[in-house]
Amino acid sequence: MKLEMNNPKPILPNKNGRHNQPLIPTEVTDDLFVVSPMDDIRQEELDSPPVTFWREAMGRLMKNKGAVISLTVLVIITVMAIIGPYLNEYTYRQQNTAHTNLPPKVTGLGWLGFDGIDVHRVDQYEKRHITENFWFGTDEFGRDLWTRVWKGTQISLFIALVAALLDLFVGVLYGGVSAFCGGKVDNVMQRIIEILVGVPNLIVIILFILILEPGITSIILAMVITGWVGMARVVRGQMLQLKGQEFVLASRTLGAKGTSLIRKHLLPNVMGPIIVTLMFTIPTAIFFEAFLSFIGLGLQAPLASLGVLIEDGYKSMRFFTYKLIFPSIVISAIMISFNLLGDGLRDALDPKMRK
Amino acid sequence: MKRYILQRIGFMLLTLFLIATLTFFLMHFLPGTPFNNPEKLTEKQIKVLNAKYGLDDPVALQYLRYLGHLVTGDFGMSFQYEGRTVNSMITTRIGPSALIGFQAMVFGTIIGLALGIISALKHNSIYDYGSVTLAVLGMSIPSFVFAALLQYFVGVKLGWLPPALWEGYQNTILPSFALSVTVIATVARFIRTEMLEVLGHDYVITARSKGVAEPKVIVKHVLRNALIPVVTMLGPLAVSIMTGTLVIEKIFSVPGLGEQFTLSILVKDYSVIMGITILYSALFILIVFIVDLLYGFLDPRINFKRGAEA
Repeated sequence: MKLEMNNPKPILPNKNGRHNQPLIPTEVTDDLFVVSPMDDIRQEELDSPPVTFWREAMGRLMKNKGAVISLTVLVIITVMAIIGPYLNEYTYRQQNTAHTNLPPKVTGLGWLGFDGIDVHRVDQYEKRHITENFWFGTDEFGRDLWTRVWKGTQISLFIALVAALLDLFVGVLYGGVSAFCGGKVDNVMQRIIEILVGVPNLIVIILFILILEPGITSIILAMVITGWVGMARVVRGQMLQLKGQEFVLASRTLGAKGTSLIRKHLLPNVMGPIIVTLMFTIPTAIFFEAFLSFIGLGLQAPLASLGVLIEDGYKSMRFFTYKLIFPSIVISAIMISFNLLGDGLRDALDPKMRK
Repeated sequence: MKRYILQRIGFMLLTLFLIATLTFFLMHFLPGTPFNNPEKLTEKQIKVLNAKYGLDDPVALQYLRYLGHLVTGDFGMSFQYEGRTVNSMITTRIGPSALIGFQAMVFGTIIGLALGIISALKHNSIYDYGSVTLAVLGMSIPSFVFAALLQYFVGVKLGWLPPALWEGYQNTILPSFALSVTVIATVARFIRTEMLEVLGHDYVITARSKGVAEPKVIVKHVLRNALIPVVTMLGPLAVSIMTGTLVIEKIFSVPGLGEQFTLSILVKDYSVIMGITILYSALFILIVFIVDLLYGFLDPRINFKRGAEA
């Protein structure tokens, strides 16, 4: 389309006025063919190296300050979630009755509130003759909160990631099959989705957790049971749109069959929306996990997730506010970063989807 | 149109039936029964209790009886509270939930609209950045984290408002505000993008070049067109408020449905869980249906014959 617009005059051998001749040449001779002049604009276009879609999208993403900062924050939090629990000598389950409810203390950061002084203005470390520092304080069993917060982050991120990947797998498969087969299959599969969309997913999640007994696997499973629907709808919508486009038709005309068509043309083109949807599934999963823990359906002690820590912290926030503050900051930072990164990716990968 | 509505109602009933069936069998196959407590109850007592609540009948019979009761709107008896029907528990508890939910919805929509409009009119200004930041924060921070912090700082530390319980109108303010944060953020974000899009349309330029006063252009042309898609957000928002009540009522000790639901989950009071589940699902389905219809009336471009796409 675009090339035609640039070249309003078709390059045809009509300059010699042959078209005006009433006689149609009976013989095809070489002089009937005229070399078409190379278009200047097109020549320039070909000179520059081709920019791939992904490189272009990457460039757009890197220009988005919010997205870059979010990505950095997420990388830092992920690294801390992996190495954080091993940065001091405590473990997430080790209890110590001598060290219960100690406020946070970091030598040199006293001015930030990390001074080991509790709400009654008493320096608990001095009072109890404790020489070591607990960076985020300790809980009511004397467990180190620094270790527990990062361990909790690790578990929360793990649950969210696995749930999101399972959603992706089921959703892409379901949506892809539904769109690719079309017709009756699509119709039946869509009716099923319509019913599932009508069910409030939180309630289904709660019911399933009640049956499966709280734990990492059951939380993941319960979230996937309803979570894949969104992904399936996105994939199906995109696939249907692509199926009708010229390049797919061209590929079909050239003899491309099902699998190669999906692999070469459909999947790469649905990749953008899939990644964007994934970016929004992860924070939702983190939220649901924390939510379940908060209403008492989360992980069992001594395992900790961010939700469990927030729930524990909430119970004693009046006198030990730090127990609530640290996990709250981490979970909020994760959620904000994922949302901003998701926004940035959406703008970068598919400017049309912008909302 | 008529056919579409009938079809949708059919689907709604089917969905509700499936949810009712699912909850019944899920609850039925849970390990243990509510009276499985051999230390406190003798075998004879358990038998009497099972007979009283009809738990010794075959599953199929129990299921049919349950469906029959559902059709007449009877959710059965609570296992936890002797002699109380689930219906009476729901009716006494739905008031506070509805009140804070409604307040959150109204307050959230008004503030959200204001933020979004300012943001769009002063695009790329400090106001715009400010309200966009607020919107991102509101959408990202989990409602219960925000509610807990709100309760601590406003309720306990500053003491401006009662941090919990349900004694007077002041008690409704903090929970309503905590619930409304998601609404504010979602509405503000949505109205901002919609208005920015509408502002770029030709008919806005035409109106301006005709000499129509700017406030009139904004109200009559921009806002009216930007508001239509916002209606689609009402469904998801109502759902997020319903979800929010579960935790926020727990935090602020509001004697509402959400608090009862979380309590019942912890003590495994199955009939109450089932009743509230079905009620929530029915509300959810109804809201989505109403929003779809409303959208069709507001935007004549929507064609009902093509089914419930999008």
